Amino acid sequence: MPIRRLIITLSIIVPILALLAYGFTRDAHYITSPLLAKPAAPFTVTLFDGKKLTLDDLRGKAVFLNFWASWCEPCRDEANELEAAWKKVKDRNMVFLGVALQDTDKNSLEFLKEFKISYPNGRDESGKIAVDYGTWGIPESFFIDPQGRITYKHVGGIRAGLVLTKIEEAAKSIASAQEGRGDYQGVR
Amino acid sequence: MTATLGHSAILLGFFAALAGIVGSLIAARTAEPRYQAIARYALVAQFTCVTLAAAALIYGLVTTDFSIKYVAFNTTRATPIYYRVTGLWGALEGSLLLWEWILIIFAAITAWLYRDRHKEMMPWVLLIFAIVSAFFLGVVGFLSNPFETLAPIPLDGRGLNPLLEDANMMTHPPLLYTGFVGLTVPYAFAMAALIVGKLDEAWIVSTRRWTIIAWFFLTAGNLVGAWWSYHVLGWGGYWAWDPVENAAFMPWLPATAFLHSIQVQERRRMLKVWNLSLIIVAFSLTIFGTFLTRSGILSSIHAFSSGPVGGFFLGFLAFILLGSFGLLAYRADLLKEQPELDSMVSRESAFLLNNIVLVSALFTIFLGTVFPLLSEAVAGVQVSVGAPYFNTVTVPLFLCLVFLMAVGPIIAWRRASWDNLKRNFLWPALVALAVGIGLCVWKVREFLPLLGFTLLTFVVCTILYDTALALRARNRIAGEGVLRGLITLARRNQRRYGGFVVHLGVVLIIMGIAGSMTYSIEKEATMAVNQELNVGNYRILFTGLKGAQQPTHFRVEAAFHVFHNGGDEGILNPALKFFPTQQSPIGRAVHQSSLSEDIYLILSGFSEVDRNQATLKVLVRPLVIWMWIGGFVITLGTLICILPIGKPTPQDD
Repeated sequence: MPIRRLIITLSIIVPILALLAYGFTRDAHYITSPLLAKPAAPFTVTLFDGKKLTLDDLRGKAVFLNFWASWCEPCRDEANELEAAWKKVKDRNMVFLGVALQDTDKNSLEFLKEFKISYPNGRDESGKIAVDYGTWGIPESFFIDPQGRITYKHVGGIRAGLVLTKIEEAAKSIASAQEGRGDYQGVR
Repeated sequence: MTATLGHSAILLGFFAALAGIVGSLIAARTAEPRYQAIARYALVAQFTCVTLAAAALIYGLVTTDFSIKYVAFNTTRATPIYYRVTGLWGALEGSLLLWEWILIIFAAITAWLYRDRHKEMMPWVLLIFAIVSAFFLGVVGFLSNPFETLAPIPLDGRGLNPLLEDANMMTHPPLLYTGFVGLTVPYAFAMAALIVGKLDEAWIVSTRRWTIIAWFFLTAGNLVGAWWSYHVLGWGGYWAWDPVENAAFMPWLPATAFLHSIQVQERRRMLKVWNLSLIIVAFSLTIFGTFLTRSGILSSIHAFSSGPVGGFFLGFLAFILLGSFGLLAYRADLLKEQPELDSMVSRESAFLLNNIVLVSALFTIFLGTVFPLLSEAVAGVQVSVGAPYFNTVTVPLFLCLVFLMAVGPIIAWRRASWDNLKRNFLWPALVALAVGIGLCVWKVREFLPLLGFTLLTFVVCTILYDTALALRARNRIAGEGVLRGLITLARRNQRRYGGFVVHLGVVLIIMGIAGSMTYSIEKEATMAVNQELNVGNYRILFTGLKGAQQPTHFRVEAAFHVFHNGGDEGILNPALKFFPTQQSPIGRAVHQSSLSEDIYLILSGFSEVDRNQATLKVLVRPLVIWMWIGGFVITLGTLICILPIGKPTPQDD
């Protein structure tokens, strides 16, 4: 009798403990994006030099869209990589666009100067662009093909090699099956 | 210097706990006074060390000693002194130290109170305390050390999370932790009783007061948490079914069940396995709660930053669960002999039903809390479980509990005859039914709220009716008037009448919840200056916007003149605070309470172009104030239960 009760109790307790242990193997904060292979949301971003840029303007080009902020450590880590990748593709039919969110102009411009970023950057004034793209952990990078479809998303820091690979795929409209992951920091 | 002192104290305390484990174990096996002394001195040593460490951390916080990493991360030079003290429990490392401090204080009190009693059980009780204490001291000493130092010493600290700079920071965590830790005492006695094989009522009688006190602090801690959410967070709600909120609420359910079920064991020697299981589950849930908050396995607004401690807490939880239920199985033969239920209509069955309903509620809430994990593990699908699920499953169960609150304390033991039922319940039932019909005619048309209010009335009526009958008897026997009679009744049977008052408090809380859940009104509107908005019984006049630069932020305040049922309630000023590095502002909602309803104003936005325009969100929340009033009534009832006001000749109920 007591053995039976013990077995019943164990068969309740052990699966619960196993489930909780499983919890350690994944990141509770990670939100998988449903945007892969879907049309990219239109936006209008005010660049730091004053001009306005919309997604429509970039139709026909492969676009690398990167969300960042000056207070974000992983963004600092990847800044050099992004600039290096940009230098390799700037003469092709490709665009790199950085969007600063939850940041002040002064700090953003200092960040760009520090890392000598030469591709266009703007600010997400109302926070709407970040919301449309479901940004929850920066830096976040989106690769958009010439027809305006998102081919790849990477949450967290990205290396130059991967940027180049994925932008080539975007130019050919090859969508990835899964999004990628690196070191990230949660948005405020 | 302070850091070294604090850290050394913790480590010393850890080794004292280890000594306590060894000492208690040997004392239990050999009953030699020498080892009992070692166990006791180990306890004193732990108490001294932990108090020293806590004092060191508080000293570091108060003097803003930024060489200590914990102080640097949780205070700034500008933080007021009372928030520096509450910084003790503002983050992971300190909160574990607080838990350990309360634990060792309770252990010391327990050891001292029962120093001449329960000679066989006490070494085992002290062993359990030593094991739990060793675990927490080990975690604080080696894994999440609040006395880590920083070099070079920063000039200023990072500061407390602005949302935590609220008066409730001084009450909510300590109240809740006291409730959690309080459950360790009956648990330790239950384990000792199992180990020793003394499964009669002795351990229950001794820990009754502890159980009531722990239950009270759990209730108060949860209520203050709800109050904090309501008046600070600016969403007009008091409970979000957030995983960590659930983790604080879940131990309350088996604790309530345990509190009631032990009365059946005391009276009729029944439900022994239930009681042991309930206290094991309740204590395990307190460890589970700490685990959930600190492991990062579920996303929650309350979670501390996750560290390595999660795995160790899970391990400790496994040890507790497997060890305790293993012991229970081991002693199963001693728990077999017990009386049968005489009738399904009796107080025993009411209490049994009470256990079942509370455990069912626990199960559904637990399932909802871990469901995101389950769904991802089994199907790879990410889901979140929120209020709709929890409200749907818990409301019917809690309505059952309300019914049991009416029936349980009054219905006869063993077998309630039809005559007995009629005598105790007929009039209250009729009055409740009449009130229900009246409510339906007036306004309440939805089924669940109507049922809820009718049952709540039933509870109040049964309590008042029973008390009135008892007062009449006092008058006939001793010529006592109402007040004198009430005092005599309370003194002669503290638990019964204290329990009645507590139940009345619970009725008020449920009334508040039912009212605000069913009849809340929400309205959002963009208003121009001197424009009016009518919401429910309120008339709101927008009188203007004002912007001002504060030391840390820019503040935009809107002034609204509020009228309730024609009466002038004054001016309310919801605001938006703009911090330089945040893209979106932090809102400061305001509310005005009355006995019938609260009005809650949230400034959603304003036009930057036209300074005479503001977007206002208004929430009208009926009956919310009764939740907080109910809390005070529960406090009064608990005091009646536990204060030493008893008369020497107790009367049976």
